[in-house]
Amino acid sequence: MVEKLLEVKDLKTYFHTFKGIVKAVDGVSFKLNKGEILGIVGESGGGKSVTGFSILKLIDDPGKIENGEILFNGENLVNKSEKEMKKIRGSKISMIFQDPMTSLNPLYTIQQQIGEVLKIHTNMNAEQRKQRCINLLDDVGIPQPEARLKSYPHQFSGGMRQRAIIAAALAAEPELIIADEPTTALDVTIQAQILRLMKKLVKEKNTSLLLITHDLAVVAEMVDRAIVLYCGQVMETGKIDDLIHQPIHPYTYGLLNSIPRLNDQKKRLSQIEGMVPNMFELPKGCNYAPRCDYCQERCLKEEPKIREIYEGHRVSCHYPLSREGSHE
Amino acid sequence: MNNLLKVENLKQRFDLHSDFLDKIKFKNGKFSFVNKRVKAVNGVNFSIKKGEVFGLVGESGCGKSTTAKTIIKLYEPESGKIIFNGEDISNYNYKEMLPVRRNIQMIFQDPYASLNPRQRLQDIIMEPMLFHDIVSDRKEAYAKMLDIIEKVGLRREHAYRFPHQFSGGQRQRIGIARSLAVEPEFIIADEPVSALDVSIQAQILNILMDLKEEFHFSYLFIAHDLSVVKHISDRLGVMYLGFLVEKGNKEKIFSDPQHPYTKALFSAVPTIDGANLDEIIELEGQVPDPVNLPQGCCFHSRCPYSMPICEEERPELVEIEEDHMVACHLL
Amino acid sequence: MAETNKIGKDIEIKKKNRLKEFLESEFFFNYKRNIPAIIGTIIIIIFLLMATIGPLLVTQNPYNLSEIQLMDAYKPPAWVDGGEWKFPLGTDSQGRDILSSVVYGSRISLFIGLTGMLLSSFIGTVLGLAAGYFGGKIDSFIMRIADIQLSFPATLIALFIMSIAGRGIDNLLIALTLVGWVIYARTVRGATLSEKKKEYVEAGKVIGLPSRKIITKHILPNVMTSMIVIATIQVGTFILTEATLSFLGVGVPVTRPSLGLLVKNGFDVLFSGLWWASTFPGLFIMLLVFGINMLGDFLRDELNPRLK
Repeated sequence: MVEKLLEVKDLKTYFHTFKGIVKAVDGVSFKLNKGEILGIVGESGGGKSVTGFSILKLIDDPGKIENGEILFNGENLVNKSEKEMKKIRGSKISMIFQDPMTSLNPLYTIQQQIGEVLKIHTNMNAEQRKQRCINLLDDVGIPQPEARLKSYPHQFSGGMRQRAIIAAALAAEPELIIADEPTTALDVTIQAQILRLMKKLVKEKNTSLLLITHDLAVVAEMVDRAIVLYCGQVMETGKIDDLIHQPIHPYTYGLLNSIPRLNDQKKRLSQIEGMVPNMFELPKGCNYAPRCDYCQERCLKEEPKIREIYEGHRVSCHYPLSREGSHE
Repeated sequence: MNNLLKVENLKQRFDLHSDFLDKIKFKNGKFSFVNKRVKAVNGVNFSIKKGEVFGLVGESGCGKSTTAKTIIKLYEPESGKIIFNGEDISNYNYKEMLPVRRNIQMIFQDPYASLNPRQRLQDIIMEPMLFHDIVSDRKEAYAKMLDIIEKVGLRREHAYRFPHQFSGGQRQRIGIARSLAVEPEFIIADEPVSALDVSIQAQILNILMDLKEEFHFSYLFIAHDLSVVKHISDRLGVMYLGFLVEKGNKEKIFSDPQHPYTKALFSAVPTIDGANLDEIIELEGQVPDPVNLPQGCCFHSRCPYSMPICEEERPELVEIEEDHMVACHLL
Repeated sequence: MAETNKIGKDIEIKKKNRLKEFLESEFFFNYKRNIPAIIGTIIIIIFLLMATIGPLLVTQNPYNLSEIQLMDAYKPPAWVDGGEWKFPLGTDSQGRDILSSVVYGSRISLFIGLTGMLLSSFIGTVLGLAAGYFGGKIDSFIMRIADIQLSFPATLIALFIMSIAGRGIDNLLIALTLVGWVIYARTVRGATLSEKKKEYVEAGKVIGLPSRKIITKHILPNVMTSMIVIATIQVGTFILTEATLSFLGVGVPVTRPSLGLLVKNGFDVLFSGLWWASTFPGLFIMLLVFGINMLGDFLRDELNPRLK
């Protein structure tokens, strides 16, 4: 029985800047089940990080959540006060950031930083907290956890720091972890270890994970389902195997094809022409139309609505590709 | 042999403490002078033929960027030879380097930091031309500048803009255009696409390849992304802790990696063609401190196949088949 | 030929766009909405007008003895009993019109503030660039001098120099420069250190540009913003330092009184009931420095890369 943990409905987060309104997230909807890993992919400016921050309501001026519902266990987070959100952040939903160098406070030991989360969100006493810290560090694969408790972040390597951050994120046994580019700053060998660790922990503890990344290969290896964002809108969503092997949105198709593959002999990469449109002057109709190989007149005039084409495979395109990669 | 660049036993060292006072240590009632040095590049050998793309891969801190910046003499080499077009430029001074600089250019990693934010696009491109007297006056430079920026896919009405008015991919095009301005033979590309989005990355890689076809450049291409290196290079070298552990023909290395580090590195690359998270070779421990290099093989502390000899003797690069060399005692 | 003419025209058209570019910039947008900054600018403009064309508008030149009548002495401001509108802010013990004195005084105060700032920013920036770019011994030498300088209060050093060199605008400028260069040297050195690590500087070296060109064409334009912020605030600081020195009797000569000296002159007769002779120059100093600081605060928030 799959249980729904998080449902985002028609989320709109706009930034009111001096040049005009930036629709960073413009009508994004998705569901996340318990124990599921959902990937949010897209290029910079796609709105993937803003989506993550919106769920935690960590949107600062000049940004504002304009519309939508964020139902977490049936409760709408959009209506929660800052005080109520503080109780949820770290305990029920925690976040892992991109840069392992700056997300730990250099002035406190690892034990103090993980202990603080426990202090705020649990009723453990000092001894229990220490024991829990040791267990957590052990879980994330830090050798000799007891000896490492009193270490400061600068005594850890990048990979070890990211492990410590994951330990802190897991501390209060959250139901949902939002990981924003958790391995982008790491080397490949370390990235592989961290990804493997995250996948293992999430599956063991039946936690849900929202993995935000620009790296399609990481998504392919990690997630159950994914949504592809472009200019703040969902282009395509579905099971990861369907997305990777049978994409039906021309953008997903183009992205997948522009990645150089290890077992591929092509001399020229197929590329998506042009660049992400200026967020102040989004095109009329479909946002992707100006770069799309299959663009037709209708695409330039009418904004496509997201619709289900195959079971669990939804797309926002007037003329989606068939699953064989050809055009219908 | 038609070598454009030959690097022989190149070494690079940096002082850990740059301030004189930091080097004086007080221990056991005595002052002593300690000069700790970071051993960034430790005797690297490779050569690049005319028209060839040589890829240099490795993880952060392995010395690949330092190698590149030493070749282009942003740092003075500690020892070793850099032979470019038959001339050993390793001891050239500023004046002697000037004509060489016309022939070696560099494309940088960070499209935001590599352009002077107060210079307009036209000045960024015209500055090197005017400095090296490639053009006779500003008008000629202007016409040539327009020509170059169109070649990298920018439009002539962009010429008057400042860098902040461009996107990341466009800035990287500007960086490429700047390196083209002096009509070099050899371009060092230091992670030119790692800061870019996937769709833009493909555009830039294609431009680099097209330009190579048109002008017959050679590239030294540095990247940590193996699929990018595989795509663009003809030959490559794998670096670890300032040593080249494996080098040779791209196909041979990718189809049959021999060094344990190369194997681990290749296994860790995520691919979109199905999960291989379970197949990765996990390396124990961390990269050793480059201030105190380990005895013997640089990789022995993390190598799953480490033998007693690995801790004592440093393996040399040995040719195991034509154009495929590996530095490992296993072979 | 047609091509090059067209290019020439392109450049012409684009030069006109510079003003438009500025008016459409984020900087100007934020400026328009920052009321303190606008008030500050208005105050500064009023003072600049006062200093330039003010002398043409006021009724007397307070330092032309033939225009001064001893009979007019001790006149209170116009709105107080016994005052007249001929002397809106009253007169001092010699019959000088306070308003005219203030206008002439602002001129001297502003001149000293601005020139002092220009001199010290020039010297400080050159030294800071050299220290930051070349590092090593040059850096250590310049920065140790700066450290020694900073270990004494600025006013004390200026006071010391002035009491040896004697009153005079030239000596005052020397003293202010000697006190003021340090802050530029330190800031510019710091900014240079962070700029020189950036890849565009390496790109300049790869091209083969000599250090001189890299410093002037690439680094200097990028450290200018932090300088502008300091420079603005420093004009205010210098006006205050000058006022302090003049009040202590070692600043400008008596024949060319600045606002500070006017305060002192008025202060001498303050207890004989002439409150207006020192109050009004004092208020004008306050207003001017207040205006400068409000604009300076805006510039600091807007141009400081760390806050962005």
